[in-house]
Amino acid sequence: MRIKSALAAAAVVALAAGCGGSGGDSGSSGTPNEPVKLDFLSLAWQKESVAANKALVEEWNKANPNIQVTYVQGSWDNVNDQLVTSFEGGDAPDVIHDDSPALSGFASKGYLLDLTGKVPAELKADIPQAAWDTVTFDDGKGNQGVYGVPFLQESQVIIANKKLLDAAKVRIPTAGEPWTWDEFAEVSKKLTKGDTFGVAWPMKSPVNKTLNLALNFGGTFFQTGADGKTTVKVGAEEKEVLQRIHDQLYKDKTADTSALGMGTADPLPGFFADKYAMLPVGVYLRQQVAEQAPDGFEWVTLPPLKGTTTEQGAVSQTLSVAADSKHPEEAMKFMAFFLNGPNQAKLAKGDWLLPTSQKAAADPAITTEENGWDVATASAKSLVVAPFLKVNGFDEWKSKVATPVLQEFFANKITLDEAAKRLVEEGNEVLERYQR
Amino acid sequence: MKKIPQYVALLAYMVFLAFPLVWLLSTALKTPQEMASLDPTWIPRSPTLANFSDAFSEQDLVGAGLRSLVVALASSALTVAVALPASYALARYQGALKRVALGWVLVSQVFPFILIIIPLFMVLRQLDLVNTLPGLVVVHVTFTLPFALWMLQGYVRSVPRELEEAASVDGATRLRAIVSVVAPLLAPGVVATLLFSFISSWNEFLFALVVLKDPDVMTLPLTLVRFTGPEGVSRLGPLAAASLMATIPSLIFFAIIQRRLRSGLMAGAVKG
Repeated sequence: MRIKSALAAAAVVALAAGCGGSGGDSGSSGTPNEPVKLDFLSLAWQKESVAANKALVEEWNKANPNIQVTYVQGSWDNVNDQLVTSFEGGDAPDVIHDDSPALSGFASKGYLLDLTGKVPAELKADIPQAAWDTVTFDDGKGNQGVYGVPFLQESQVIIANKKLLDAAKVRIPTAGEPWTWDEFAEVSKKLTKGDTFGVAWPMKSPVNKTLNLALNFGGTFFQTGADGKTTVKVGAEEKEVLQRIHDQLYKDKTADTSALGMGTADPLPGFFADKYAMLPVGVYLRQQVAEQAPDGFEWVTLPPLKGTTTEQGAVSQTLSVAADSKHPEEAMKFMAFFLNGPNQAKLAKGDWLLPTSQKAAADPAITTEENGWDVATASAKSLVVAPFLKVNGFDEWKSKVATPVLQEFFANKITLDEAAKRLVEEGNEVLERYQR
Repeated sequence: MKKIPQYVALLAYMVFLAFPLVWLLSTALKTPQEMASLDPTWIPRSPTLANFSDAFSEQDLVGAGLRSLVVALASSALTVAVALPASYALARYQGALKRVALGWVLVSQVFPFILIIIPLFMVLRQLDLVNTLPGLVVVHVTFTLPFALWMLQGYVRSVPRELEEAASVDGATRLRAIVSVVAPLLAPGVVATLLFSFISSWNEFLFALVVLKDPDVMTLPLTLVRFTGPEGVSRLGPLAAASLMATIPSLIFFAIIQRRLRSGLMAGAVKG
């Protein structure tokens, strides 16, 4: 009997200890005498970017004593787990930093506030429609809504070793006259000498990179029929970029096959050691290059490649308002301040990405030649909405079908036709489930 | 001479265990340029403390460390406090309730954490425990308890009943026998359970991510992850420096209580 009592007592003690603490609720509801409190979940992680975010929040808090914003730093790797739980629990942050692919699912479940008609005219006009398209989604009931303000985008550029380019005496491309894929292949051949490969394609996560680049030749990978159903399509346009990368790896042998399994930043040591002359990467990688390059190492940023066009698929980093926010108007006011032209320039500079704001894009800080900002910022004009952005089931197709298939293809284990067949057949089975 | 292969194997195992920690230290002392070198070295060519200063100046590592320490100590103490009497009951008493309890403890381990995280969050919210350290302690105790029960149950079983019976013959009540005879013999088990609970709680990330949202209550794992970006890109230097600092409390805790991790306490306790 005493044992049972001891057990019960232990359980009560544990529970009581747990319940004993007072809530640390950040209290987004404020009384009439208290300032409104907003939680802002930010995913900034680079040193300069975090500093820029914190400085802007501080500036806002100083200028708006009645609307106080708490800066909460999250992480890209776990943000969606964190958000789903807090949305379901009705405890989501008021202002949410995320990217546009994630918004689609959240919008259809009613987690996010439709910002249609709520975005101040000045901010709306400052951001091009192509960027707004990346945050316009169905609400799950057939209505289109705007579920975030797009503010940072990424394009694919080429970061190259200047000394090797000069030695090979190749034409340096400009935004007005970029390299074509053919020219890129020829340059890669010239740069491949001895232990040096012309290019490294880090393909640990091959899907977004290849799908975005496929638009160079009009490859969209998805099509929507007259019945409204979306299916996977891998035709001549979609195969073009896949084949060209594969040729560099196995036909021209100008790309190092050992780099295939690498993540985006992993080839940098080889790049600095002249093992790779060029890296086709996102613009943000310039930060790592600038920080890690050995003294005296000269590098240049080259504009996006041209197929039939220079178009690339783009997704956006976004700020959204939680549907459950008790202060949506105040949240929108804060976002309008946070994402105005000058502030977007600071955020873009801190994250080494491209601002959607046209005013920010003209800011001298991000049009300077230093660290390739002029080329990177100019590349924004090549960005169009990534076709996969609005495909229900894309995430599953990407992880279960496209990633393994493309990895096998780039590892030369299957042919392009086999890869195309699997992408379509297995992909359509996945998409089918999302369209019933 | 016969022991040389054993010592070699032991040394190899120690090197294997020490490798990540030493590499972490080496990385924490390197410049970004050296970290991107194609020929990495164990000893930094130009050692720098900049990563440590960056890590400490950019994030509240000390505050987060203290909060993690409070949570881990409270979780491990509560886990043992609950598991000790419960494991005694499970080991010593027979009956249907015991079988059901054991079955339920096992079944509870089958569910993936991610499956129950939303219901758990809603329960905590009802109890006004979201965004509080006590809330996180409750969650950690809940999830450490089943394994702790299994661990301690094994230790209780290994204590011969005869020792308690001998104490009874000498006039001790059951509680006295448990407190004075059984409990001291369970010290290694309690220490092992404390260690397990402490380290589980100290390292736990997912529940902390969901339960805590205010920067003022965040624990160390949530703070470390702020040095990482998308697609596996991270700020290796400050991350290594902060991670190195994060291992120190665990090492100290282990160093303090590992002396109690000894076996053979009951050797010869019962004749035959």
